[in-house]
Amino acid sequence: MIKVGQLQLTFNQGTPIENHVLRGLNLNIKKGEFVTIIGSNGAGKSSLLNVISGDLIADSGHITINNKDVTRWPAWKRAGMVARVFQDPMVGTCENLTIEENLAIAYNRGNNFTLRPALNRRLRVLFKEKLATLNLGLENRLSDMMGLLSGGQRQAVSLLMSTLQPSKILLLDEHTAALDPKTAQFVLDLTNEIVQKNQLTTMMVTHSMKQALEYGTRTVMLHQGQVVLDVSGEQRDKLTVTDLLDMFEKTRGEKVTDDALLLG
Amino acid sequence: MSFEFLLGSIGIGLIYALVSLGVFISFRLLDFPDLTADASFPLGGAVCGLCMYVGIDPWIATFLGMFAGCIAGAMTGLLYVKLNILQLLSSIIVMIGLYSINLRILGIGPYIMGETPRMAGSPNLSLLDAKTIFSPFMAEDYSNQYLVQPIMILAFVVVFWLLLNLFLNTQVGLALRATGTNQRMAKSQGIPTGAITILGMAISNGLIALGGSLFVQTQGGADITIGVGTIVIGLASIIIGESIFPTKRIWAVMIAVIFGAILYRLFIAFALSNEFLQEIGVGTEDLNLITAILVVLALVLPKQLKKYSKKRGK
Repeated sequence: MIKVGQLQLTFNQGTPIENHVLRGLNLNIKKGEFVTIIGSNGAGKSSLLNVISGDLIADSGHITINNKDVTRWPAWKRAGMVARVFQDPMVGTCENLTIEENLAIAYNRGNNFTLRPALNRRLRVLFKEKLATLNLGLENRLSDMMGLLSGGQRQAVSLLMSTLQPSKILLLDEHTAALDPKTAQFVLDLTNEIVQKNQLTTMMVTHSMKQALEYGTRTVMLHQGQVVLDVSGEQRDKLTVTDLLDMFEKTRGEKVTDDALLLG
Repeated sequence: MSFEFLLGSIGIGLIYALVSLGVFISFRLLDFPDLTADASFPLGGAVCGLCMYVGIDPWIATFLGMFAGCIAGAMTGLLYVKLNILQLLSSIIVMIGLYSINLRILGIGPYIMGETPRMAGSPNLSLLDAKTIFSPFMAEDYSNQYLVQPIMILAFVVVFWLLLNLFLNTQVGLALRATGTNQRMAKSQGIPTGAITILGMAISNGLIALGGSLFVQTQGGADITIGVGTIVIGLASIIIGESIFPTKRIWAVMIAVIFGAILYRLFIAFALSNEFLQEIGVGTEDLNLITAILVVLALVLPKQLKKYSKKRGK
């Protein structure tokens, strides 16, 4: 279970472009929950995920994962507990490495990297099986360079990589935003399938209100670095996109003009 | 160009193949613009030379030279990783510092042997009487030198190519390659990118210093100036190799780099022995200028050729 308490984060502190992103944010996530996170630009969605993953270190506050205080841990040290898929398909995988080499790295996430050969026959068989579940024909392209794959394919492999080792939480940072609508839907369905099958505790940032309600078991809205809405269960089931939009406008005190929020 | 001269050039080319593999690790695999090379090459030579001068077994001397390079590379890595100094600047700082250290190392041999009363730096160290790793195989009149040296150096290149190949396919090796291409991905997969960078820099400069160790043994002396332009030669070899044998497989890329280094040497040898060039007064003093021109050509030509073939394709 993930506990985030009194999280404070400021970019460029003490300069004219100072930006107070997280302002005492509190959030507890139970094991097995699939939380969708919405909020306007600059609300702190990505920052929250980056602070949990360790890409950013909070100014103050605390983060505990399974009762372990990881607030000051660097990203690589948390990797054994935190799996993630980035928004940019180019970030989650290594283009100069082959598909199987990328998978081999992910297969070792959270363990020490040793002088043992990274690949062997047993692993190749396993990777083939896993890739076959994506239905993209990648199981026959193990030794192709990652850079040869499309954005959607790379994102699918990223997802697969995040499941090769158990993790306490899976972080998805608008991981379909850079894809065309059809591919985005494919990756989203795949996400849902993988999360359900592996019972993963998940946080998914999305720009689409529709997705936020359609997927997951709980929805959290951020505004100015704080949680302003937190719904789950029956209350959430009854919620419609219009309701959510109303609340969204109320917290912002202005009308939503961004079409992506409405139509996404 | 005589046969002996040709083989000699290939021998030197093979030494720079080791250097180029080192530069390949820093520049290409780690994406770390590392100028330490210009000092770790003579450092390897100086340490190896000193050891041989005081009578240490030449094989041990060679590997001590290599080890000294590892430390130099690790220093550059530490400055970057732990003190957050820019990559290029870290390497320049270490390079400048090593210049003094190299002068000291070159000067200390005669003092240890009681040949000079003062411990002072020196720009060179004569190794004409020293035993090298080549000595046991050499004829008394050095008549087979042109064969023995290239063959033994080739063995070094093959062995280190094999070792690197094995290493780069281990878990640590993959971690190193991931660190160089995509640091965010590497971190998110639990790779301690800082430690890996330091390790990679140590290996890179170890190879370069090994080149220096072998170089002084073929030259009969160590000199502070042998490092000038090492990084450019290494880069030139990589670029030549990559443009002539374009490939993505790591083992093949490394072979391309090795051939690039040999080809580069042959170009230089050709340029220096060309009668026309000699007639218009080009000599060894113009080596660095020729190198600079070669690197520019190697950088620009492949792109121009691609453009040209694209145009014709349309």
